[in-house]
Amino acid sequence: MADVSSATHGDLRLTRITKSYGDFTAVNDLSLTIPEGSFFALLGPSGCGKTTTLRMIAGLEEPTVGSIHLGTTDITTKRPYQRPINTVFQNYALFPHLTIFENIAFGLRRRGIKDVDADVNKVLDLVELPHLAQRKPTQLSGGQQQRIALARAIVNRPALLLLDEPLGALDLKLRRQMQIELKWIQREVGLTFVHVTHDQEEAMTMADTIAVMNEGEIEQMGSPADLYDNPGTAFVANFLGQSNLIKGRIEGTDGDNLVVDLFGQKISMPKSRSHAVDSSIYAGIRPEKFRISLVGTPTRGNILTGGRIEDVSYIGVSTQYQVTMPWGQEVMVFEQNDDGVPPFDKGDEVVISWEPNFTFALRGDDDVEAGLEVNPEELDEE
Amino acid sequence: MSNALSKVKLPYLLLLPGFLFLFTFFILPIVNLAQTSTQTPIVGGDTGQYEQTLQFSNYISAFTENKEQFARSFIFALCATVLALAIAYPLAYAIAFKAGKLKNFLLVLVVAPFFVSFLLRTIAWKQILGEEGFVVPTLRSIGIIGQSTTLTSTSFAVVMGMTYNFLPFMTLPLYASLERIDPRTMEASGDLYANGITTFRKVTLPLSMPGVVAGTLLTFIPAAGDYVNAAILGSPNTKMIGNVIESRYFKIVDYPTAAALSFTLMAAILILVTIYIRKAGTEELV
Amino acid sequence: MNKQIDATIPTIPTKARLSRWFGRNLIRIYAVFGFTYLFIPVLYTFAFSFNDAGKSNLIWKGFTLDNWKNPCGAPEVCTALGNSIKIGLLATVFSTILGTMIAFAIGRYAFKGRSSSNLLIFLPMATPEIVLGASLLSLFLVFHINPGFWPTVIAHVMFCISFVVVTVKARIASLDPRLEQAAMDLYANELETFRRVTLPLVAPGIAGAALLAFSLSFDDFIITNFNSGTLKTFPEFVYTSAARGIPAQANVIGSAMFILALLIVIAGQFVGKKVKVSK
Repeated sequence: MADVSSATHGDLRLTRITKSYGDFTAVNDLSLTIPEGSFFALLGPSGCGKTTTLRMIAGLEEPTVGSIHLGTTDITTKRPYQRPINTVFQNYALFPHLTIFENIAFGLRRRGIKDVDADVNKVLDLVELPHLAQRKPTQLSGGQQQRIALARAIVNRPALLLLDEPLGALDLKLRRQMQIELKWIQREVGLTFVHVTHDQEEAMTMADTIAVMNEGEIEQMGSPADLYDNPGTAFVANFLGQSNLIKGRIEGTDGDNLVVDLFGQKISMPKSRSHAVDSSIYAGIRPEKFRISLVGTPTRGNILTGGRIEDVSYIGVSTQYQVTMPWGQEVMVFEQNDDGVPPFDKGDEVVISWEPNFTFALRGDDDVEAGLEVNPEELDEE
Repeated sequence: MSNALSKVKLPYLLLLPGFLFLFTFFILPIVNLAQTSTQTPIVGGDTGQYEQTLQFSNYISAFTENKEQFARSFIFALCATVLALAIAYPLAYAIAFKAGKLKNFLLVLVVAPFFVSFLLRTIAWKQILGEEGFVVPTLRSIGIIGQSTTLTSTSFAVVMGMTYNFLPFMTLPLYASLERIDPRTMEASGDLYANGITTFRKVTLPLSMPGVVAGTLLTFIPAAGDYVNAAILGSPNTKMIGNVIESRYFKIVDYPTAAALSFTLMAAILILVTIYIRKAGTEELV
Repeated sequence: MNKQIDATIPTIPTKARLSRWFGRNLIRIYAVFGFTYLFIPVLYTFAFSFNDAGKSNLIWKGFTLDNWKNPCGAPEVCTALGNSIKIGLLATVFSTILGTMIAFAIGRYAFKGRSSSNLLIFLPMATPEIVLGASLLSLFLVFHINPGFWPTVIAHVMFCISFVVVTVKARIASLDPRLEQAAMDLYANELETFRRVTLPLVAPGIAGAALLAFSLSFDDFIITNFNSGTLKTFPEFVYTSAARGIPAQANVIGSAMFILALLIVIAGQFVGKKVKVSK
């Protein structure tokens, strides 16, 4: 039987991992530490290398260069069945010729455990599907299959649980529900989860730490709040939520703040929130941080004048505005519909304002389009 | 670990027994046939004794003496193929598109008759089309055929027998190909102003071409070399090349000629098939 | 002057309705004729298995169940049948084993010579049976091996292998590779993965290939004719006794095989419904 010691545990450490297929580099010099017990998300668009990274952790692919450690053990060349790591596959990969019970018991039996009943039933209770034990996978709905796939992995109490876009095939409501359940299960059982997804809302809902990947490299890593509030690159700023990126120049300092010129208008922002390397920057503000007011009404904080409302979209919870600024750029503003004030009209002349502390600054040479739209051609590469 | 090593060797190990067998009992015999085809009988020796003389003229004499049978074989095979296509296509179409829940059952029904030994079936046709069957007397009384015409021992019967026997080889690939067509493409065609016949011509037929190519090949190739239908349902006037080869082995012992004929048959089929495949444009058969 | 306005259902004139019905159902009508045509010789064979014909089953003489009660009444029939079954079983076993191994090699691994291997498998299927049979006979003669039982088995294995390979390969191709990855992820090594996941899922394909091999072997005539010598298989028996009349018992055997095969296929459909592989 497979020699999998459950004593092998600890932080997962990827050191300078590169995976190349001929000319194509899927993962490029990637280093990463995933703390034991955390819910970690690998987030990125199709083709960014996140699934390849996951498969290397599982042992289903071998890195071209680099090493993988679980705690103090080097698992780089170990076969998948020699690692205390289990995967929940994207299409579930349940064994169609075995019952649900046998599917779940599969890993236990391979490890030589004779008495599997207690463990299998316990985990069936955990996913709330004890009545399906004797069915076959094809008789289950997508949501049920997903939970059984999870149960099949969890029952082995692996040091690390890998999830490869497990919620992709579920409809929206079910997906939302599963996100909460997965998070709860992770806390309950205390395992380390590594979740791969292209859905940034999903990553933000579930993960303690997110690593945003792009073209084989990690762009930025941190808590959802950190990544959202203070993105370091245009890719992260555009991929996670939406951003307004306005070209500008640092003019000087004012205590802890920077004075920035945006097309002739002056704003201030904290020095600590600038990722720029020189005076050329993109000033970034999230659309929900902007406030719109008509010309002449009192405002505070940073102010940009000369805006004209181009488009109004009423979404129920909020109203979304496209505002054309004097330099030609259209910025997005999201206003909560929480004060009974009727929305502005198309054509209104308005002033945009926001709290300076919400501003972040990116390098002036960054690609302002990065992370914006998924290029259909890239969809086949993952 | 020896894992990496065995991973490279494994496919070859798996192939070895089977390929060894095929090499010994398929390749070698054909090579042997080639070298037999250029032999000549040993002067003064018994029947069946030959020596290798590289007499390539065997091919020429074999071909010229049996031109008629060669031609007949290919004409019969062609007719049988075309007829089989005509009969099988609508049948496959009906099963693929008009059968609903009965699809699998009907598929079994198409193949089922061929569970009866094909000899028995062919002989059944001989009886049915013979003097004691019900077809000939009926046709005679209606006046479609004359009193002295018979249906057995005719080219008609041979082609008919061939068509019937090779029907499943035509139907199944056709069905497989038609079944893969998304019926919504045919609906889209109707939506775009094409009537039923046009939809068939411009959408269904082109999409089913892989099946047509596969079916025609699986029918024509064995049909060209067949001799059983000719033996049972035909007469000495309807001899196909298969009959000639068979008699050169068992009746008039003349192995070099038989070998030469076999190779000529193979070569002819190969050439025709290659041209056909090129024209039809489908490459994947296996 | 009360005019009643009822909601009128548009009526299509009868002639047009008839022609529309025809157009929609023409193919179905044709299919009925087609199936009838397919079954004519089968029904004839079946009917004449009840003929009180003695040795020559050419004209209908009378109804009897004797043939069915005593299928081996004409002893040559059962001998021939026995030969066909023995050869069929042996050929099936060997060709299935060899063919499955080849199918796995070609279907699973990318190796040098893969496309040539595909060609080698395809060639026997594309060669006319007469060439296969004749060439094998020639080889046997060169080595002074007389045609008979084992040469026939060898010949059958030879032409069945390709069909086994094609059938099993198709099944292997439809196997989701992620199932094997999942097995290894769940602590099964390569051998265990094969035993517990791959093999059970490919098994229906192997069973189908075996069934196909047996049917091809049983029904084969041309290749057998060249390599069986004095031994007679069932098809050969039918062929040689055609001139003087086939005993009705042969019809019984033929009909029985038909019914048996039909039952097996229908049973297979039911089993197949339970183990459906979804990708």
